[in-house]
Amino acid sequence: MTAEEWDIILLSLKVSGVAVLATLPVAFAIAWLLARARFPGKLLLDAFVHLPLVLPPVVMGWLLLIAFGNNGPIGRWFAEWVGVTFMFRWTGAALAAAIMALPLMVRAMRLSIEAVDPRLEAAARTLGASPLRTFFTITLPLARPGLLAGAVLGFARSIGEFGATITFVSNIPGETRTIPLAIYGALQIPGNEAAVTRLAIIAVLLSLGALLVSEWLARRSGFGKGGHVL
Amino acid sequence: MSFEIDIARQLGATDISLVLSSEGGVTALFGPSGAGKTSVLNMVAGLLRPDRGQIIVGGECLFDSAAGIDLPPERRRAGYVFQDGRLFPHKRVRDNLLYGWRLADPASRWMTLNEAVDFLGIGHLLARWPRTLSGGEAQRVAIGRALLAGPRFLLMDEPLSSLDAGRRDEIMSVIERIRDELRLPILYVSHDRGEVERLASRVVELTASEQREAE
Repeated sequence: MTAEEWDIILLSLKVSGVAVLATLPVAFAIAWLLARARFPGKLLLDAFVHLPLVLPPVVMGWLLLIAFGNNGPIGRWFAEWVGVTFMFRWTGAALAAAIMALPLMVRAMRLSIEAVDPRLEAAARTLGASPLRTFFTITLPLARPGLLAGAVLGFARSIGEFGATITFVSNIPGETRTIPLAIYGALQIPGNEAAVTRLAIIAVLLSLGALLVSEWLARRSGFGKGGHVL
Repeated sequence: MSFEIDIARQLGATDISLVLSSEGGVTALFGPSGAGKTSVLNMVAGLLRPDRGQIIVGGECLFDSAAGIDLPPERRRAGYVFQDGRLFPHKRVRDNLLYGWRLADPASRWMTLNEAVDFLGIGHLLARWPRTLSGGEAQRVAIGRALLAGPRFLLMDEPLSSLDAGRRDEIMSVIERIRDELRLPILYVSHDRGEVERLASRVVELTASEQREAE
């Protein structure tokens, strides 16, 4: 493993980590709305959130370029008010990864919120808990394994993100060249098979590890096993 | 302490309406399933809003559609014992018991953990997870959790229905002791006549679309 390859791996972890952390509250809010709220346009929101799952990634990248590019409406707003630009920068890679991971995270979180029995929340209310306290002491702890599983799944998806990223932020060494982009780049040059193999193994291990952790979290029911709750 | 209830609510095709006035003790809401007995308890607890009417318990108005009063469930101080226990699966028995106690204003608590544990004989269960309890054990913990929150009255929704005969008798004597020793007014829902005759000082019959009262 060369120093350059280590940098690629670290960049990938940074991009995916930031993508997941930034998406977490957004994904949770959307999952909550889809699981619990009733409002006009819910079906549309549901479809919209799932768009990155079915849209060609290159189209997603192009849309990001239009919206979040330096002259795009959202991109310009971010540059002016938050001081963050996305085009050809690692922040853009994180944004692309976040958008592509969003549907998976929302799906997992929505399932875990829907699995929380509202009758337990009602019981907490009669015992003196406000809606906010009920959320933090009953709903959130009961949904937590699923929420974490969703986050880990999103992380795995982010690590593998390619199409939208290369379209939006190009393939710049040290800035946007994550593992998949580096593999793609290395494949263009003959005689690089060893580097491709090393990076591919890393990609497989990271994805496999994330999937296993996600599955383990989703299955972990905890709270004592066997018997029954009345 | 009394229940003064005059409420109506339409749920689907069923009209639930109830006029009830009682002086403490156990007041049983009796009737076939589907008559809206649980809905009445939920309205008194604040979990379901009546279309119109008034709910006054022990002189305190919990709901009055005309006056625009509708206390949220957490401020009604109703000890609700559900048909299905509803223990929090992510908390051990001790933390289930103390959930409402910790939230209650110290002045409104009237029982300590030790007193509740002795009263219900559940000391050996404190470290257990709800999932590992038998039906009778879970229901005793659920009753303890409701009592420890410092309620002014109890709402019991067929608390015996998921228990076998032996456990039934055991929980029934617990309810009698709550009635006689703790002197807590209880609104008690059941479809079992024997249960109602043993426990209740007053019986209100609910039928699917109308209700009538009987002593």
